Amino acid sequence: MIGLFQSLGDTTLRILEKSGRGTIFLGAMLVGVMEVLRRPGLLIVQIYSVGVLTLLLIIISGIFVGMVLGLQGYTILSDFGAEQTLGVMVAASLVRELGPVVSALLFAGRAGSSITAEIGLMKATDQLSGMEMMAVDPVRRIAAPRFFSGLISMPFLAAIFSMVGVMGGHFVGVGMLGVDDGAFWSQMQASIDYYEDILNGVIKSLVFGFVVTWIAVFEGYDTLPTSEGVSRATTRTVVHSAFAILALDFLLTALMFGDF
Amino acid sequence: MQSSKTLVTWVGLFVFIGIGGISFLAIHVSNLSANFSGSEGYRLIARFENVGGLKVRSPVTIAGVRIGRVEKIDFDKNRYQAVVEMRINSTYDTLPEGSSASIFTAGLLGEQYIGLEPGGGDEFMQEGDEFEVTQSALVLEEIIGQFLFSKADEVKSQ
Repeated sequence: MIGLFQSLGDTTLRILEKSGRGTIFLGAMLVGVMEVLRRPGLLIVQIYSVGVLTLLLIIISGIFVGMVLGLQGYTILSDFGAEQTLGVMVAASLVRELGPVVSALLFAGRAGSSITAEIGLMKATDQLSGMEMMAVDPVRRIAAPRFFSGLISMPFLAAIFSMVGVMGGHFVGVGMLGVDDGAFWSQMQASIDYYEDILNGVIKSLVFGFVVTWIAVFEGYDTLPTSEGVSRATTRTVVHSAFAILALDFLLTALMFGDF
Repeated sequence: MQSSKTLVTWVGLFVFIGIGGISFLAIHVSNLSANFSGSEGYRLIARFENVGGLKVRSPVTIAGVRIGRVEKIDFDKNRYQAVVEMRINSTYDTLPEGSSASIFTAGLLGEQYIGLEPGGGDEFMQEGDEFEVTQSALVLEEIIGQFLFSKADEVKSQ
C-alpha cells in the first residue's frame, strides 16, 4: 500500500520536475533568439533539414488526403444532390483542421524525431559538454536554431498541405467525378472566410510548430546519454507531440469556432 | 552536408512555396479578393418583412448576374422590419428608380440571394436609395402551413 503511494508520489514529482526543466529550457531558448539573429546561417541550415526535407512528405500526403476528401465528400454530398458544395467541404476541412493537424503530426514524425535523435546523440557522445567546456552555450547554439526553424517552417508546411489538398480534391471532384468547375471554386470562396478560417489555420499551425519543436528539442536535450535513452526519447517525442497536437487542437478549435 | 549555396537555394524555394501556399489560400480559396472589391460601389437599402436565411455577403443579382453583395442586415425596431444594406458594383449604375428587390433561394435547399427587377422610373438609383417594392423570403413552414389549411378547408366544404 505504501509502495503504491510511493510510486504515485515519485511519478508526480518526476512529471513536475520535468515540466519545470522544460519551461526553464524554453526560456533559455527564447533568449537564444539573439544568437540566432546574429548567425542566420545556423537557422538556414536547420530550416533546410527541418522544413525542406519534410516538404516532399507533406506534398504527397496532402495530395492524397485531398483526393480522399474529394471522393468521400462526393459520395455523401451526391445523396443530397449537393455535389456543388464539394469545394466548400474539401477546403473547409483542410484549412480549418486537416491542414494544420495532419501536417503537424507528419512534422512530428519526420522532423521532431530527427531533432531529438540528433541532439540526444550529441549528448550521448558528450558533444554538448564539449561545447560547454569551450564556453559555447549548447542551448543557444544547438537548440535555439532548431526551435526557431521549426516555428518558421510549420505554418508554411501547413499552408502547402492545404493548398495541395485543395488541388487534389479539385482533381478528383472536377476532373474525375464531373463536379462543375465554377461552382467548386465560387461556393468555396463564398463560404471560406480569410480571417476566420485561413488566419486561424495559420495560428493553429504556429502553435503546433511551437509545441512540437519544443518537445523535440527538450526531449533530445534531456535524454539519458545512452543508446537506449536516445531511442526512448525519440519515441516520447512522437507520442507526446501527437497527444499535445490533438489536445491543443480541440482547445484552439473551441476558442476559435466555439461560442464560449 | 551540401554546399551552402544549394542549401540556401532550397530554403529560399521552400519559403517561396510556403508564401505561395498562403497567398493561394487567401486569394483562391477564401473571400479575401471579394472583400477588397466589396468596398467600392454604391449602397442601396431594402426593407423586408422577413429575410429568411439571407446572410451578410449573400449575392445580389439582376437577371441572374451577380452585381453586388449584401453588406449589412439590421432590424428596424420601430417598423418591425429587416433592413438590408447592399453594395452594388459601381459598373452597374443604371438601375432605374422603382426597381424591386426580392429574396430568392438557389435550388431547393440552396443559399438565399437578392434578385433585383428593373423598374420603369426615369432616374437611376443613387447611393443610399431605398427599394420601394420588396418581396420577402419564402419560408417553407409558412407555405406548408397555408397548404395544409387550404386542404383542410377543401375537405370541410366537401
